[in-house]
Amino acid sequence: MKKLLTVSVLGLAIAAASSAQARNYDHVRIGVDVPYEPMEYRTADGELTGFDIDLGNALCDQIGITCEWIEQEWDGIIPGLMSRNYDAIMSSMTINDERRQQVLFSAPYITMPSAWFAPSSFDITEANEETLAGKTIGVQRGTLQDNYVTDNFNSVASISRYSTADDMVLDMQAQRLDIVFLDFPIGQSTLLNNDDTEYVVIGERISEPKEYFGDGFGIAFRQRDEALAEKFNEALAELKDDGTYDEIFERYFGEE
Amino acid sequence: MCGYKNVTTSALGGNEMLDISAWFNDLLAGNLIFTPTTLGYYWEGLVTTTQLVFLSLIAGLVLAVPLAIMRSSKHKWISLPIYFYTYVFRGTPLLIQLYIIYYGVVFIDGIQETFLWPLLREAFYPALLAFTLNTAAYTTEIFRGAIKTTSKGEIEAARAYGMSDSLMMRRIILPSAFRRALPAYGNEVIFMLHASAIASVVTLMDLTGAARFVYARFYAPFEAFLFVAAIYLCLTFAILYFFRFLEKKLLAHLRPQTN
Repeated sequence: MKKLLTVSVLGLAIAAASSAQARNYDHVRIGVDVPYEPMEYRTADGELTGFDIDLGNALCDQIGITCEWIEQEWDGIIPGLMSRNYDAIMSSMTINDERRQQVLFSAPYITMPSAWFAPSSFDITEANEETLAGKTIGVQRGTLQDNYVTDNFNSVASISRYSTADDMVLDMQAQRLDIVFLDFPIGQSTLLNNDDTEYVVIGERISEPKEYFGDGFGIAFRQRDEALAEKFNEALAELKDDGTYDEIFERYFGEE
Repeated sequence: MCGYKNVTTSALGGNEMLDISAWFNDLLAGNLIFTPTTLGYYWEGLVTTTQLVFLSLIAGLVLAVPLAIMRSSKHKWISLPIYFYTYVFRGTPLLIQLYIIYYGVVFIDGIQETFLWPLLREAFYPALLAFTLNTAAYTTEIFRGAIKTTSKGEIEAARAYGMSDSLMMRRIILPSAFRRALPAYGNEVIFMLHASAIASVVTLMDLTGAARFVYARFYAPFEAFLFVAAIYLCLTFAILYFFRFLEKKLLAHLRPQTN
């Protein structure tokens, strides 16, 4: 009797394990941290929109499944995936080695350079150790920009770390910061669009070295969901071929 | 802010420094989170937290003594404004006060051109101002309570000697009020240390700021926050011990006789 029980429990376990592995998704829940304009944000009437949202929905259509967006704060976004609150993360997540150890990434769907933004009165053409000596640099805490600035400028400049990009922009306007380092499109939509002459981009957009800036943004899945990641990769390639991807890109970033 | 680097380079000779750094590297070998760099951040944070709490407590104490005397005045037009101040600062969260002072001052037109701006530009001084005003409000009320409970007998005795109001305040009321306020004030000091943890929201790299930095960089919440909690615990213990020592000294006459 006991043996029979063990065998049947074992059988159940195997059945459960194999079904988890070969699970076929016809409904995918995607975790996203809102707002991060223009990648994901809400319109004035509360509708979720942005580059990630539109591309994600287009990808689901292409695969022939339905999508549901689930909001989750950035701090807990990877733990939320692990505890099955959702099945994927599509939230401007940069692919890097640290995260690769925990999640499975799709192919990169966009590469996003970082850039230096400063008031136009800050008269330099390039950000380096000499021009930033003694200055105050603003970054968002825990971002790859934070890591880059901390490792490269900690000895010459003072670094102010903010919880949100909004706080940082406020202090920039208050003249507490000499320069900030941001994802280029974020800085573009928060700093450059207000008044085109007040703030300027200093130097080139930066996406090297890869150690800091990673391989672009990817969709994250649980390690075992290789089949699902593969479907998203195929769909992404198809959307790039038929022009849908370019259309969504131009909707948010204009012509590059 | 820069104390850490200065000490290691200037105070120690070349050989000594090599020994210490070699010992340090051995100790930290294989540890990915607690490297000399991150420990440097924690050290920087410890210095900032200590400076912030110590300076705000000193300034708060200096402010609170005259305020408490005015607060216990018989004249309404003296005591009411002080009551209003303590009511506002004890009735609103310190975090809100910090936000208002840090982000609020920049909306005053032309503040950037005044002589105050070099101070207000840094995160340290707005935080110091907020903490000082907050602790001064609490300390004022602690002292007022102590002044009010001075026993009638002492006051009558002072009057019988023909002491003036100010002499009586200086010689009789304040010395005994301070002693009575000591245990409550010790709590206020510990509360202030713990409240200082919010300084990191205005970009100050205090102890909590260092922990948040390490957490965000290494995705290691337990290591980052447990370590900093241990440091706070040590600081609290030191404060407790200091006040226990003071109470033993100053309140000796209140303890029951043992022989």
